[in-house]
Amino acid sequence: MNYDWQTLWFILVGTLFSGYAILDGFDLGVGALHLFVRSDKERRVFLNSIGPIWDGNEVWLVTGGGALFAAFPEVYATVFSGFYLAFMLLLVALLFRAVAIESRSKQPMKWWRNFWDASFSVSSIASSLLIGVALGNIAWGIPLGADREYAGSFLGLLKPYPLLLGVTTLALFMMHGSIYIVLKTEGPLQQRLKGWGKNTMIFFILCYAITTLATLLYVPHMLATLQRYPALFIVPVLSVLFIANIPRNVSKGQGVGAFLSSCGALLTLMALFGIGMYPDMVYSNPSPDNSLTIYNSASSLKTLRIMALMAAIGMPLVLSYTASIYWVFRGKVKIDAHSY
Amino acid sequence: MDALMLARAQFGFTIAFHYIFPPLSIGLGLNLVLMESFYYFTRKPLYLEMARFWTRIFGLIFAIGVASGIVMEFEFGTNWSTYSRFVGDVFGSALAAEGIFAFFLESGFLALLLFGWDRIGAGAHLFATFMVALGAHFSAIWIVVANSWQQTPAGYHLVGRPGGGIRAEVTDFWQAVLNPSTLSRVGHVYMGAWQAGAFAVLSVSAYYLLKKKNLEFAKACLKIALVVAAVASLLQLFSGHESAEVVSATQPAKLAAYEGHYETAPAGLYLFGWVDEKAGQTHGVALPGLLSWLVSGKSDAPVTGLNAFPPDKRPPVNFVFQTYHAMVAIGLALILIAWLGVFLWWRGALFTTRWYLAVLVGSVLLPQAANQLGWFSAEVGRQPYIVYNLMKTSDALSKAVKPGEILASLLLFGFLYLLLFILFIYLLNDKIQHGLRMKAGEGHRA
Ligand code: HDD
Ligand code: HEM
Ligand code: HEM
Repeated sequence: MNYDWQTLWFILVGTLFSGYAILDGFDLGVGALHLFVRSDKERRVFLNSIGPIWDGNEVWLVTGGGALFAAFPEVYATVFSGFYLAFMLLLVALLFRAVAIESRSKQPMKWWRNFWDASFSVSSIASSLLIGVALGNIAWGIPLGADREYAGSFLGLLKPYPLLLGVTTLALFMMHGSIYIVLKTEGPLQQRLKGWGKNTMIFFILCYAITTLATLLYVPHMLATLQRYPALFIVPVLSVLFIANIPRNVSKGQGVGAFLSSCGALLTLMALFGIGMYPDMVYSNPSPDNSLTIYNSASSLKTLRIMALMAAIGMPLVLSYTASIYWVFRGKVKIDAHSY
Repeated sequence: MDALMLARAQFGFTIAFHYIFPPLSIGLGLNLVLMESFYYFTRKPLYLEMARFWTRIFGLIFAIGVASGIVMEFEFGTNWSTYSRFVGDVFGSALAAEGIFAFFLESGFLALLLFGWDRIGAGAHLFATFMVALGAHFSAIWIVVANSWQQTPAGYHLVGRPGGGIRAEVTDFWQAVLNPSTLSRVGHVYMGAWQAGAFAVLSVSAYYLLKKKNLEFAKACLKIALVVAAVASLLQLFSGHESAEVVSATQPAKLAAYEGHYETAPAGLYLFGWVDEKAGQTHGVALPGLLSWLVSGKSDAPVTGLNAFPPDKRPPVNFVFQTYHAMVAIGLALILIAWLGVFLWWRGALFTTRWYLAVLVGSVLLPQAANQLGWFSAEVGRQPYIVYNLMKTSDALSKAVKPGEILASLLLFGFLYLLLFILFIYLLNDKIQHGLRMKAGEGHRA
């Protein structure tokens, strides 16, 4: 059958990374806000709001990485070796974060808890920034040689546009996290957190506006697909609607609605990113001829088909038990003997 | 040092650190399922206490296993990108399958295992524990499939790569998955993991008995883990033998290096020895004819020697000889320790023989050491190839990465993992010393 398996896998890999952004996005955001609450009890509430689920959320990243390796090995190889130091830093940040969550409440000493609180928050912020900077570099384009190897340096990754996307990602995750934490808290703490929700929202919408402008002005190749298939304009329209809906939900006190809108915003923004890249996976800037496209970097059709079968069997299972587990842990955070 | 040596050191170090934790997660997972099943069917609070205590230890081990595992997932791309381009079509699927079929399962149900005690019923909780253990076992399958394909490639053909050069593509998925060494190695890795978990439980229980603390608890744990340890240690001998047969059929240079065997001739099995690689001789004490017999059933059958391979196609001989023999020696020692325990149990002296309990306290290190030594033998014995007979390790390196960057990451992870290990021991010790305080009224919403 003459099916476009490469496009299917482009969408599937994108879906896995979007799942990661939506799910780990709120727990990274909670981490980024962690130091703003001061008392030990409140910090434990923050930690335990994500306690049972952050690990499962991170598996979306792991599986996305595995799927990228399997479906587009050239992209996996080029990006991970090209961004070597940046990825090592991201790995260190994720490592610290996991260890901080696990260790923080295991000892009563004040210095111990402060140290891990700081580690948890700083590593959450650093992870969000690094993820955004990586996305920004992919969008802006990186110099690739004819041999498909990254031909730049570590400092070359720190251009203004990628840095801007890093900050925007952090802002987005903070907003997403602050909406989530309101859902998980009650009483005076919740009232205070609602106030922050507004601030993170303003911060994000500001970043979002600047990023959109910068993309329109300086990264025209991200618009090519939209111009070719005008029907796809529905995606940016939807994302604007979702984003606009967040303050509306918040002001009406619809916590769940706000959270769903925020998820929708993340999903449509990721989709927009994918549409902007398509059919490239790594855009070469300069010399676009060296770009890695979904066709010149994919695995064989046979592998893509086998993997599609695996995903068709596995992902419904994953979604169903993930949903049941979220259901079991629904409701407000309660600190008990098993909490972090 | 050049980029190649640095990349190998960096990868070897990070994977060796990671592999401290998976065997414990897998092996403790099995013990947890047993303990919680006993609770479910007898409803004796002692078993619940056991399951909860070991769950807390499990949570700590699992967290560090996950944190160090994520590092591994990306290091094929960072360190070995040329290799990744070459094998991605085959190898990547196994890694993706591991995520879809194993990691989601483990981490999802882990939430219920650790935090679900008061939210779900005892039956549902037992189910969650079982799923976590199952997920850990699944993940070992897929990663060992990937590694085994690299040892004994099958079900592929070589075709032109879009970017120039060649790559391996799947022709027969099941042949690639069930390549000649997959099954024997999965079995061997499982038994090594069960031993690691069982001896960890034995060690802590024996410590309590020696300190005269938590006696009822310690005795019950000791019995369960001793059964697991005795069975797994014995099976490990057979599984190791099967692995050796597969190696002799598929990687003769590796087998010859394991025994420091140079001339193609009937071969013995060394108990211990030293390989003089310059002179091409091995000195030591050997049981004559035994290797020939193990490999082919006849003690006078010739075994291919290292001289049949040019020097640049041999692995570092003395290194793998030593690691391999140390693993086998530990394997035999563990059988002895476990079955001695069974004997003492039968004589009713298990909980009172203090010197034996002292041995058990230290024995936790042995399966750990054997697991590390086993991987070192298998991986270094594959050299100079990264994919056996298809790609050399020296051709597998990332081209875009500079030696300084790898050195930076090696130092960074060296430092971090050292701290992490100290932290792990500190928290583990804390849990062992104080972890058994179950508050009154804590029970199950049956
Ligand atoms: C024999 C088993 C085994 C072996 C050889 C490896 N692992 Fe591992 N890994 C596990 C068994 C395991 C496990 C039992 O599933 C873990 C260990 C810690 C844990 O408790 O889960 C895990 C965790 C783990 C995670 C985190 C999963 C999560 O977020 O839940 C990743 C990404 C990897 N591993 C990847 C790797 C890679 C790329 C390896 C090879 C280079 C590797 N592992 C060797
Ligand atoms: C988990 C236990 C493992 C341990 C302890 C281990 C150990 C090692 C060591 C010590 C090296 C360096 C060898 C050398 O420099 O000569 C190495 C290399 C390597 N291993 Fe493993 N390994 C393990 C699992 C795996 C698995 C599961 C895979 C693949 C799925 C793998 C793939 C590789 C690769 C690609 C290299 C680099 C090339 C090389 O030096 O051989 N390893 N490993
Ligand atoms: C009882 C005697 C034992 C024998 C005869 C034996 C034999 C072997 C052989 C031949 C290999 C190499 C397989 C290859 O190169 O692909 C191997 C690898 C290995 N061994 Fe053992 N082994 C023994 C005991 C143990 C013990 C007690 C442990 C751990 C508790 C252990 C853990 C490992 C591991 C982790 C590997 C690497 C994975 C693999 O290649 O299967 N072994 N063993």
